[in-house]
Amino acid sequence: MPDLLIELFSEEIPARMQARARQDLRKLVTDGLVEAGLTYRSAGAFSTPRRLTLAIEGLSAESPTTREERKGPRVDAPEKALEGFLRGAGLTRDQLEARDDKKGQVWFATIVRPGRPAAEIVAEVLETAIRNFPWPKSMRWGSGNLRWVRPLHSIICLLSDEAGATVVPLEIDGIRAGDTTRGHRFMAPGAFTVTGFDDYAAKLRRARVMLDPSEREAAIRQEAANLAFARGWEIVPDDGLLAEIAGLVEWPVPLMGSIEDRFLSLPPEVLQTSMKEHQKFFSARNPKTGRIEGFVTVANIETPDQGETILHGNQRVLAARLSDAAFFWDNDLREAKAGMGAWTEGLRAVTFQSKLGSQADRVQRIAALAREIAPLVGANPDQAEEAAKIAKLDLRSAMVGEFPELQGTMGRYYALEAGKDAAVADAARDHYSPLGPSDAVPSAPVSVAVALADKLDTLTGFWAIDEKPTGSKDPFALRRAALGVIRLVLGNGARLSLCDLIGATYVEAVTQFANMDRVHILLGRTTHDEQWEGGVYRTTDPDGNLIVFERTPDEVRNLLDDAGVRFSPSEGKPLLPVNDLASDLLSFLHDRLKVFLKDQNIRHDIIDAVLSMPGNDDLVLLVNRATALSDFLKTENGTNLLQGLKRAANILSQAEEKDGVEYSFGADPKYAETDQERALFAALETAGPAIAQATASEDFPAAMSAIAALRTPIDAFFEAVQINTDNQILRRNRLNLLSQIRAAGAQIADFTRIEG
Amino acid sequence: MTSPDKPQSFQEIILRLQSYWAAQGCAVLQPYDMEVGAGTFHPATTLRSLGARPWAAAYVQPSRRPTDGRYGENPNRLQHYYQYQVIIKPSPPDLQDLYLGSLKAIGLDPMIHDVRFVEDDWESPTLGAWGLGWEVWCDGMEVSQFTYFQQVGGHDCKPVSGELTYGLERLAMYVLGVEHVMDMPFNAPDSPIPLTYGDVFMQTEREYSRWNFDQADTQMLLQHFKDAEAECARILAADPADGAGRTIPMPHPAYDQAIKASHLFNLLDARGVISVTERQAYIGRVRALAKACADAFVTTPAATGEAIR
Repeated sequence: MPDLLIELFSEEIPARMQARARQDLRKLVTDGLVEAGLTYRSAGAFSTPRRLTLAIEGLSAESPTTREERKGPRVDAPEKALEGFLRGAGLTRDQLEARDDKKGQVWFATIVRPGRPAAEIVAEVLETAIRNFPWPKSMRWGSGNLRWVRPLHSIICLLSDEAGATVVPLEIDGIRAGDTTRGHRFMAPGAFTVTGFDDYAAKLRRARVMLDPSEREAAIRQEAANLAFARGWEIVPDDGLLAEIAGLVEWPVPLMGSIEDRFLSLPPEVLQTSMKEHQKFFSARNPKTGRIEGFVTVANIETPDQGETILHGNQRVLAARLSDAAFFWDNDLREAKAGMGAWTEGLRAVTFQSKLGSQADRVQRIAALAREIAPLVGANPDQAEEAAKIAKLDLRSAMVGEFPELQGTMGRYYALEAGKDAAVADAARDHYSPLGPSDAVPSAPVSVAVALADKLDTLTGFWAIDEKPTGSKDPFALRRAALGVIRLVLGNGARLSLCDLIGATYVEAVTQFANMDRVHILLGRTTHDEQWEGGVYRTTDPDGNLIVFERTPDEVRNLLDDAGVRFSPSEGKPLLPVNDLASDLLSFLHDRLKVFLKDQNIRHDIIDAVLSMPGNDDLVLLVNRATALSDFLKTENGTNLLQGLKRAANILSQAEEKDGVEYSFGADPKYAETDQERALFAALETAGPAIAQATASEDFPAAMSAIAALRTPIDAFFEAVQINTDNQILRRNRLNLLSQIRAAGAQIADFTRIEG
Repeated sequence: MTSPDKPQSFQEIILRLQSYWAAQGCAVLQPYDMEVGAGTFHPATTLRSLGARPWAAAYVQPSRRPTDGRYGENPNRLQHYYQYQVIIKPSPPDLQDLYLGSLKAIGLDPMIHDVRFVEDDWESPTLGAWGLGWEVWCDGMEVSQFTYFQQVGGHDCKPVSGELTYGLERLAMYVLGVEHVMDMPFNAPDSPIPLTYGDVFMQTEREYSRWNFDQADTQMLLQHFKDAEAECARILAADPADGAGRTIPMPHPAYDQAIKASHLFNLLDARGVISVTERQAYIGRVRALAKACADAFVTTPAATGEAIR
């Protein structure tokens, strides 16, 4: 069983691409080998900035010989059919065998595919892998046509077993595979030959290359921690940075430096971001002061002066960077203290989205919406409005201009400097949250109001201009915004009608555009026309009625509140009535909610079942209902009752279809023949009001208990009673009784939507 | 290997780069005599990276970025600065080693410094050009851009050129250990008349900063932009037959107009008269000119390698 070693040695591979490239190399090669009939025991992929390596152990020496028998046409079939068969099998007529079959004499072919040596297969598979490697971006170099992530210099492709090692014959665009590689670019640049993976890894180590990225990560983590410990500091953990740095060095040499005192007054986020983004430094925190006071840079070389020159250089570059940051910080603080007026003005110049206006337009909408949301989440409306108005001002600050990822973080500092209340300043920081699925959800009321307003405005705006996510395309991150809304509402138990808020935002947006003539754009119009005169817009609705559209917010609001009115300009799409937009956006939110709840083990069909219940744009109510239902259906009572309810519903709908009537009224206990029937009447009499009362007070577990009481009587009823009797009075009465079961269920959910 | 003596001045670094790349076989050209934003705009790079004809050149290019003006006060930012540019087609297999040799030549010994090739994809929207490569870091500082051109003026580069760009002031400040660019010795400090970078450029930085930001006549600049655009198109549309029996298409004069338009756009940008949406449109207009010039250039002898007839 030979082992296989592959190394693709190139110029520096971008750090961010290495992890994926390791997986791809491993998959492409092992899949190819297996497909060709080889087996292997294990495969491991490694990378450094200059090489991608794959080591496969226990590869079969050759692929097995296979025999395949194929049945052909009958012996007396037309010549054409036989020719086709021979072509498909790759055989000649004398290689066929005639055998007796049910239908007479039939040709049979036996196709033998002889096994092939591993080397031959490896060469083909590796060439295909190299030529089709899925780099995110690849390039040509020199006069060649081969594409690789950066120029590819050499290839090791070596099969080795007890008898020794053999180079697999392979040449790609003038690069001939061999058994030679090179060590560290500076510390051991010479070429050397290897005999197999162990030899390769050992010689690389001697040549100052740590092959395994996880070993480099561990070495950096360990040494950085030791350096920090020696000074009484601790490293601020950053796994993303660690992986990136491990992809930038072949021989990591962490070096520790300290930040000059004059920069220590900068906010820690600024120090950390500047050091990480520009310099790829780890931050070191002094636990006694809580400040970032030092850094660790990771060099790729051991030097005679123990890194002193390197550290000194890095320190200088850092000082220049932090001088810039300090300059921005001082200027920004001055502006903040002066009330941030220039920034407010400046937001007009920042385009949010061409059809949705500037950030200033957006802030105005968010402020109005935040004010509306505030009482629903326990926030002071004045504070929510103020917070929304200042939340995005830091977009105009020099610091955020330099480090966009500090948006919000800087907003809080500047708001505090401007003398704003802490709750308002916190909202400036937190209103973007939650960003990712693992990002924390704000809980301070003012922050919640602004964060919700921010996301609802985004969603409503893009819905209004018909820029919805499709398939994998979601350029404006609207799915993330929707998930943000869901998590904000559920995480804070916020009771609110999303449709009302969406409608309010939409009206606000249209009002705003109407005031600015941009309603043309929203309406799909690109040019002004004479219908705008004296501040009045004249147009007709589809029925030919004249609509006079004055540019006062109230009148626009009135028009739009009158949701049936639909503008039909000659070009472009009509402006959606507010109710249509709200319900379309709500169903998008419901879809995201299903995805979200799936992770909490609430099935999508259960959500579907409760979507038909009233108040489905109140997500807290919706989820409470769904949770209670989901829990209930996990009990034995629940599953049995579900069957009973479904059975009742099925029988009813069949009968209703057949009879052409709806059975919904008038079941009378006096026609009950059996005890079971009477018992069901009695049970429904109790359960009905109990369910109604429980759902009215939103005590859904109690509603489930109430309906659970029906399980035994329903089961007994179906056991004992024949619904479709010849006696029409009895039959009708029983069907009407079933409709009471259906009605009881319908108070809780649409059980027909539930699977199983 | 011992590191060579440290250079003493800004100009010594330039001279060492010139000798080094001359020794590697590059034609040492002089700066292009027009205002450009970067060494890449020099036709020796933009146009000569197109077509199959082999090429190797190195030169200093004074570069102007009006928006970067800081009245000479910022230690690192200038509206006028120098780039050192090397362009070799086809890119030789040992280009990285050649580059590292140039660092050694100016006193940056990679055995005591930390030299790293960090991913940086290069793209010039105004030139319709892109390439892959790195920014080269020395002890955490970016000292060069290293790019394998893939496309220029909308044309695939075949063969591929390797391009090296050194930001000379920043590199020299690091080598010489200077904190503020204006303090950097321009000639040798022990010269009879020692001059700093500030002695040479402080006043001009102030003057140009004022002119760029406050004074440039925007109406005139807009008109010049339109003129350059029109002239570029006119030159390219002219009949290659000159009436005297010669066939002479004129991509270079046309490209001069594209360079002009690009610089005028930069000036207008610095004056703050170009809105965010207009910005893209202007860049698109300059790109269209650069592409048209590239289209015209690729059929000429300088690109194809045929003899001029």
